[in-house]
Amino acid sequence: MSGLWPMLWKELIQLRRDRLTLGIMLGIPAIQLVLFGYAIQTEVRHLPTVVLDESRTAESRRLVDVLRTSGNFDVVERVGSRAEMAARIQSGRANAGVVIPPDYLRRLKAGGPARVQVVVDAADPLASSAALSGAQLAGLARDRALAREAGAPPPAIEVRLRPWYNPGLRSAVFIVPGIIGVLLSITMVLITSVAIVRERERGTLEQLIVTPIGKTGLLLGKILPFLIIGYVQITVILILGWVLFRVPMLGSLPLLYLLSLAFIVASLALGLLMSTLVRSQVQAMQLSFLFLLPNILLSGFMFPRQAMPDFAQWIGLALPLTYFLTVLRGVLLKGVGLEYLWPEALALSAFAVGLVVLSVLRFRKTIE
Amino acid sequence: MSLPIAPTEAVVTRGLRKTFGPIVAVDDLDLTIGRGELFGLLGPNGSGKTTTIRMLCGLMEPTAGSATVLGYDIVREAEQVRRRIGYMSQRFGLYDDLTVRENIRFYATLYGLHGAGRRARVDELLGELDLAERARQLAGTLSGGWKQRLALACAIAHRPGMLFLDEPTAGVDPASRRLFWQRMHTLAAQGTTILVTTHYMDEAEQCGRLAFLSRGRLIALGTVSEILAQFHQPSVEDVFIELQRRDEGVLI
Repeated sequence: MSGLWPMLWKELIQLRRDRLTLGIMLGIPAIQLVLFGYAIQTEVRHLPTVVLDESRTAESRRLVDVLRTSGNFDVVERVGSRAEMAARIQSGRANAGVVIPPDYLRRLKAGGPARVQVVVDAADPLASSAALSGAQLAGLARDRALAREAGAPPPAIEVRLRPWYNPGLRSAVFIVPGIIGVLLSITMVLITSVAIVRERERGTLEQLIVTPIGKTGLLLGKILPFLIIGYVQITVILILGWVLFRVPMLGSLPLLYLLSLAFIVASLALGLLMSTLVRSQVQAMQLSFLFLLPNILLSGFMFPRQAMPDFAQWIGLALPLTYFLTVLRGVLLKGVGLEYLWPEALALSAFAVGLVVLSVLRFRKTIE
Repeated sequence: MSLPIAPTEAVVTRGLRKTFGPIVAVDDLDLTIGRGELFGLLGPNGSGKTTTIRMLCGLMEPTAGSATVLGYDIVREAEQVRRRIGYMSQRFGLYDDLTVRENIRFYATLYGLHGAGRRARVDELLGELDLAERARQLAGTLSGGWKQRLALACAIAHRPGMLFLDEPTAGVDPASRRLFWQRMHTLAAQGTTILVTTHYMDEAEQCGRLAFLSRGRLIALGTVSEILAQFHQPSVEDVFIELQRRDEGVLI
């Protein structure tokens, strides 16, 4: 451990003088938060829609109204034929088409079922799924309303939905806690791997390792100051997330900050390991971004892990971020504590200790 | 059982060898340097000077052979060696975003100095090397000559018994070079052993003894006058060129 204090002293002075890096490290969370928070809206609404109303009755117009007020469909045009409707969807002017056949009212009067067709451009399944279920629900709602008007008894089964932890089903509530994790993994890994490689490139690492400084002191002194940056980033996102997106903070913040320590240290140690694999700062950056990809795709940040094939889930289990996301969402959105999060806390601590030990073992006080 | 006595040799290498894949950088080097010597290591680029110094400082492990520095084995007792030597390379190893004082203080601390003793030593070095006026200047804004002084201050902060200097005067103006060598003589007179590499032959002539390396092998060794007599040349520069010509001629 010898050399830890002088290294910390030196790193803190350098950190304080490196205004550019400090600015980037603090600016990135704000920019990322706004980009991800506003851009990732998985609930697609207001699809441009064309209507082919061959029934031309008050009842058919009311159905179109119901679809429109569901918020999923914006009627941009009324067309006269199926060919015209197909052309609009083909050209991209519309993403959905509603066809009400001429016999709509007659079949309704005859006791149904009256058929309505909703065509959706499903090339993007994420964009179309909301429209598909929206159309289904609108039809059901209209059906219920008509039944009620006719004096029919209420349905035997009524399903009441209660979306816990995110009652508004807003993407931002789900995404913002994840951004903390993704942002920390990328910046912490990048900042350490670049910092070590920079010392090597400038010849100061060579000068350092001819001194009697201990390996552990050198490496810990190098990475621990970045903890400060990590904690500032978490705090910036938590505050902005609450101000801009009303992301709740139900659980214990001290617990969140404590468990963040394990995750940050693990990420920093990973950066140290990476620095032993690369030769230049450019390579360090490339490797860091390569590492970012599985973190975004496989950790459960954007896509549910339950939907992934087994091997993708296993890779996800090898990423510290996977566990940290559970912690972040658990503490912030569900308000749970260690009683449920202890497996994740254990995994994160194991990653932190294991990666620090591994990087100290791999680091050689030689320059070959 | 005899008590360990301070050896009179500062550096002893026996069959020291370093290879990088098929390339032999240092080839069975046998060299002995006495305590307090100002010893020059000469040779063309790629002759193995830097690799030799790096092995002696514990920056690289030898492929074969052994060596001791100040009586300590460079592989088994690398930390003992590190504590007692100073090292300065032509890249200087300074932190550009630390001030002159902070650089010296940092290295002094790594060598175990602290408190009032450290403060006194840093002030002493600033005075000795005329750096006091620039103590608060960032190292990155210094010119080559000043950087060299600062690098020397950092390398001798802990009063090492042995100094390794790898082309310390490369890219430095003549006035700074002259001052630097005056300091080398002072340090040597105080008992510090100095191993220095250089491409300037006027500097080489100031060394007590010289060794010539070519293609990793030791091809000449002795005092300046011994070497001039041995090769019938008027200056060290002529010897250098003659040796390089001969060595490469033999192999061609």
